[in-house]
Amino acid sequence: MPEDYYQSIGLMVGIEIHQQLSTGKLFCSCPCILSETVARRFDRLLRPSLSEMGEVDRAALEEAQKKLRFTYESTDSDCLVEADEEPPHSASDKAIRTTLLFSRMVGATPVDEVEFMRKIVIDGSNTSGFQRTALVSMKGKLDMRGKGIGIDTICLEEDAARRIAEEGQTVVFRIDRLGIPLIEIATAPDMRTPEEAREVAERLGTLLRATRMVRRGIGSIREDLNISITGGARVEIKGAQELGLIPQYVENEVKRQLALIAARDALKKRGIAEIPGIKVDITGRISKTGSKVMQKAISNGGVVLAVRLPGFSGLMRADENGVKRLGREMALHAKVAGVGGIFHSDELPDYGITDEEVEIIRGAVGAGENDGFAIVADSKFKANAAIDRVVLRARQALAGVPEETRDPMPDGTSSYSRPLPGRARMYPETDVPPITVTAELLAEIEELIPELPEEIVKRLQEKHSLSREQAEALVKSGFDSLFDELLVTGISSKLAARTLINTLPELEGEGLDVGVLTKEVLAGVLERVERGAFSKEGVPQLLKRMIEHGEAAAEAADALRLCGASGSQIEGVIDRIVSEKRDFILDRRERAVAPLMGLVMKELRGKADGKLLSDLLERKVNEILGVK
Amino acid sequence: MEGVLRSKGILPGDYVEVASSDGRIVRGVLMPHHEFSGVDIMTVKLDNGYNIGIRPSDDASVKLVKKGDQKTADQKAKMLTSAHHGASGSGPGPLPQVSVVSTGGTIASYVDYRTGAVKPAITADELARSVPELTTVCSPRTEVLYSVLSENMRPENWRNLAERVADHLNGGSRGCIIPHGTDTMGYTGAALSFSLSDLTGPVVLVGSQRSSDRPSSDSTLNLLSAVRLCVDSDLGEVVVLMHSTTDDGSCAVHRGTRVRKCHSSRRDAFESVNEPPIGSVRDGEVLLERDHDKRGCGKVRVDAKFDEGVAMLNFYPGLTASKLRKYADGASGLIIAGTGLGHVHQELIPEIERLTKGGVPVCITTQCIWGASNLNVYSTGRDMLRAGAMPLGDMLSETAYVKLSWVLGHTNDLEKCRGMMLADMRREMGDRRSL
Repeated sequence: MPEDYYQSIGLMVGIEIHQQLSTGKLFCSCPCILSETVARRFDRLLRPSLSEMGEVDRAALEEAQKKLRFTYESTDSDCLVEADEEPPHSASDKAIRTTLLFSRMVGATPVDEVEFMRKIVIDGSNTSGFQRTALVSMKGKLDMRGKGIGIDTICLEEDAARRIAEEGQTVVFRIDRLGIPLIEIATAPDMRTPEEAREVAERLGTLLRATRMVRRGIGSIREDLNISITGGARVEIKGAQELGLIPQYVENEVKRQLALIAARDALKKRGIAEIPGIKVDITGRISKTGSKVMQKAISNGGVVLAVRLPGFSGLMRADENGVKRLGREMALHAKVAGVGGIFHSDELPDYGITDEEVEIIRGAVGAGENDGFAIVADSKFKANAAIDRVVLRARQALAGVPEETRDPMPDGTSSYSRPLPGRARMYPETDVPPITVTAELLAEIEELIPELPEEIVKRLQEKHSLSREQAEALVKSGFDSLFDELLVTGISSKLAARTLINTLPELEGEGLDVGVLTKEVLAGVLERVERGAFSKEGVPQLLKRMIEHGEAAAEAADALRLCGASGSQIEGVIDRIVSEKRDFILDRRERAVAPLMGLVMKELRGKADGKLLSDLLERKVNEILGVK
Repeated sequence: MEGVLRSKGILPGDYVEVASSDGRIVRGVLMPHHEFSGVDIMTVKLDNGYNIGIRPSDDASVKLVKKGDQKTADQKAKMLTSAHHGASGSGPGPLPQVSVVSTGGTIASYVDYRTGAVKPAITADELARSVPELTTVCSPRTEVLYSVLSENMRPENWRNLAERVADHLNGGSRGCIIPHGTDTMGYTGAALSFSLSDLTGPVVLVGSQRSSDRPSSDSTLNLLSAVRLCVDSDLGEVVVLMHSTTDDGSCAVHRGTRVRKCHSSRRDAFESVNEPPIGSVRDGEVLLERDHDKRGCGKVRVDAKFDEGVAMLNFYPGLTASKLRKYADGASGLIIAGTGLGHVHQELIPEIERLTKGGVPVCITTQCIWGASNLNVYSTGRDMLRAGAMPLGDMLSETAYVKLSWVLGHTNDLEKCRGMMLADMRREMGDRRSL
C-alpha cells in the first residue's frame, strides 16, 4: 500500500516497548536467568482491595476469590523478595543508570527524583498483588531520517512471574522472571505507516542493545502496538515478539477496523438502532440435531440458547477481502465466558445443523429478512454468560470499532483479549527510597554514552574489513559486541563474522535460545575450528546440539562424531565415492561434481573444510574425465 | 519547600503547575512529602498516575492551578459504609459478638489512589466493608484502644489492654481479637497471659507481616481465622494467631507464653518454641490438637501489675563482671540468657551472688531459643545455682522478662519471687520436649 493510502485513512500508530535488562534484578540481588529447576512451590490468595471492587457485593467478592488462588514455583533465580516474604531492597543502581543512559541517548529529560509506585495487578503475575514501576524520563525524540518520533515516557519497572499452567481453579506461575528490570519506552502515536512502525521498533531495539545492558533471547523484548484510524478507535495489540510481523499486525488491524466501520454503516443503512438481546432457549426445538457440539451440551444437561441479531445478516462472515468480521469478534468475546465458541447464521447450514433447523431457529427468535442470529450450546450458566457477551459485542458494532486490547497471533492477525485497561491504580511504594537524579550522576552517565550503531558499522568496515552489508547485519543483530570480544581472543574476523551473522540468527530463527552461548563458550568452539579439530561447516550443528542438549563443546562434538578427518581418511572417502559413481561421472561430466559433493558432505561435513573437499573432489572427477 | 507551599496556600491534593530549572513545565496533583525525599523536592502525581519528584527552578515557578476536592474521598467512603450497614447481620438468628480491640496494627486498610494515602479500617463499619466475610460469622464490636507502633509499647500499654479485654469479655463477647504490631506481639501475648485469669473465651493477638493495603497481605486470612477461633472453639487462653507456612493455607494458634517472632519478615515468622502450637485454623475449620485451658463461664479477672525495672541481656564472650555490674545497676530484677544450657563466664558468678544477696533476682534462660536451660549438668551451672541464680528451664527469655516483671509487681520478697518464678503459672514452662 502506498504511503498516502495510510495517510488518507488517518492511520496513527504508537509503540510501547518493554525490554529486559541484564543488570541483575531490580529490587534484589538475584540473577536475571530463567530457570527450569523448580525448588519448591507455595500457594497464595490475592484479595482485591475495596477500592478495586467499589461497592462490594459479597457474591461478586466470592466469585472473584475463586479466580484468585495461585501456586508459585520458586527456583534458584529468586529469593524472599520475589516470594513476597521480604521487603524490596533499594532499586538497582545499574538498572537506574542504564535507564538514564538510554534516556540521554534519545534526548528524554529525566525527573529530578525517581519515585517508585505500586501498580495494582491481581492476575497472579505479581506475588505482592502489585507491580513496582517508576517514571524516569519524559519527552525524548527518535530521529528517523529527519522525521522526529516523539518518545512520551521512559519507565523502569519489574517484569512479572511467568504463567506456567492452569491446574483446575488454580493458576501456576514461576517467579524466576519476577523482578527482572524492564525499560518501558512509550512513543507518541507518530507513526503513519505499517513499515514505519517496524522501523521505529527496530531502531529502538538497536539503541537499547547499544547500551550493552539488555538481555537477549526469547521473550526479552515485547512490543505493544497502539493503532487507530479515522472513524475507528484506539486498539492495543499487546505482547508482539516478532519484529518482522509488526507491519502485518498494523495492516491487518487497519483492514479489521475498516471492515467494522463498513459493518456499522451497513447496520445504519438497514435502520438498526438497537439490539434487544432477548435470549431464547431452543434446546427442545432442535433436540434431534446432528450437530455434535449441541448434542454434547444437551447430554451433559446443558442448554442451547439463541439470540436475534437485527440487521446482521451477511456482516458476520468474512468480507470480500477475506477480512474476518463480527462473527469472529463475537466468538472471541463469548470464549471469555468459558464456552468453546458460537454458531452464527452466516456460516449455517453447516456443522451438522441443517437448513430446516436454521429455519426453526429463525422462527424461534423472530428473525426477519436482514436479521442474523447467534447460538451457544453449553451449561446453563456458561451459555447465558456467553450470550450476554455476544450481545454486548453486537451492541458495540452499532458504534463501529470498540477500544480494546488484543493478543497478537502468529499469523499476523490479532484476537480480542480484554477491554482497554482503565486508569491504573497506583500508589507510592514506600519501602523503596526515592532516587535523586543529581548533576553528578548525569555527568557520569554522559561519559557512558555508547558508540552509536552507525559508528560501529563504520568501525567494523574499516578495522576488520567487513563489507557494509556484513557490518550492518552484525550491528542489527546486536552481536557486534560479541564480535569484538571474540576477536580479542584470537578468532579470525571471517570465522567470527560468519558465525555471528549467519549461524546464530539461523539458530534463533529455529526457536533456540542462543543466550546460553556466552563469549567463552563460543570462543571455545571457534578456537577448535581454528586449530583444525573440525571444520567450520560443522559449527551450526554443533552449536544446535549444545543448546538443545545442554552439552559442553567436547561432549557435543563427540556425540556428533565431529572431528577432523585426516588427509588419508578424506582421500579414502572421496576415492570410494568417485569410483562407485564412475558411470555417473562419465555421463554427466563436470556437472557430476555438485551432486557428488552432496554425498561427500554427508560423510565428511564438519570433518574437513568444505572448500578443501570440493577442490579435492573436482580434481578426482577431472582425473576420471582425463582433464587436467 | 514546605514554607513556600504554605505561603501560597497550596496543600497536598491541589492541582499545581511547576517549572523546573531546565524550563520543563509539569502539571499534576501535589502529593504529601515523602520522608526520604530531598527537602527541595516536590512530589507531583501526573495525569498518567505516576508520581515524580521535581525540583522547582525557583519559588515563583510553583503555581496553584485548582484547589483539590478534599471531601470527595471521605464522602464516598461514608456512602459505602452506610450501604453495608444494611447488608450485614442478615441471617438466621443473631450472630455471636466478637470484640476487636485495636492497639495499632492495621489488620485492614484501604487505599485512596487519588492521594496515595493508606487509611486503616478501624471501626466496625470500616472492618465490615473491608472484610465483608466477617459479618457472616460474627457481629463485631470494635474499639481503638490506642494506636502505637508495637516497638514503642511499654508495660503500661499491657495493663490498659488487659483491663479492656476483660471488660469486653465480661460484656458478652465470645472472644477478643487484638490487632497488634508483630514486633512485640510475643511480649504482649505473655503479658496478657499472666494478667488474665478465668477467661471466658480466646484472647487472640493477630498481625500482618505484609501491610494490609496490599492484595497479598496475610492480614485477612489471619483475621478471619481468629474470628473462627473465637466463635467455634472451646479455648480459654491468650494466643497469637499467624500463618503456619508461607502458603495462604493454615494459620497456627500459638500459646501466648510460648510464642516468639523468629523471622524479621516472613508470614510464618511466629513459632511456638519448645512445644508445637496448640492447634490451627484451615479453611474455616478450627483444630485444637493439644491440651489447653477451656473457656469458663464466670467473670474474667484482671491482675496487671508490672514492675518496670527488670533488665534482660544475652551473655556473650566479652561480657565482664564490671560490664554486668554497670548494666544491672538499679535493676529490680535480671534475666540472663546464657549460652548453651544457660552458662555464663565464671567471672560473673560472684556478681550473680552479689545481686542475689542484695535482693535482686537473677533468672537464667538459654539464648539458644530452643531447648531447656539446665544448670545441674556442668560445674559452671552448679556454681551459678549456688550463687543464687534461678533456673527457668525451657521458658523463653522474652516470656521470662515479662513474667519476672509481673512477679515483681506483686512481691519484693526474693524467696517468694523465686517460688513464683520456678512454678508454672500459664504453661510458660514444661518438663517434656519431644523429638
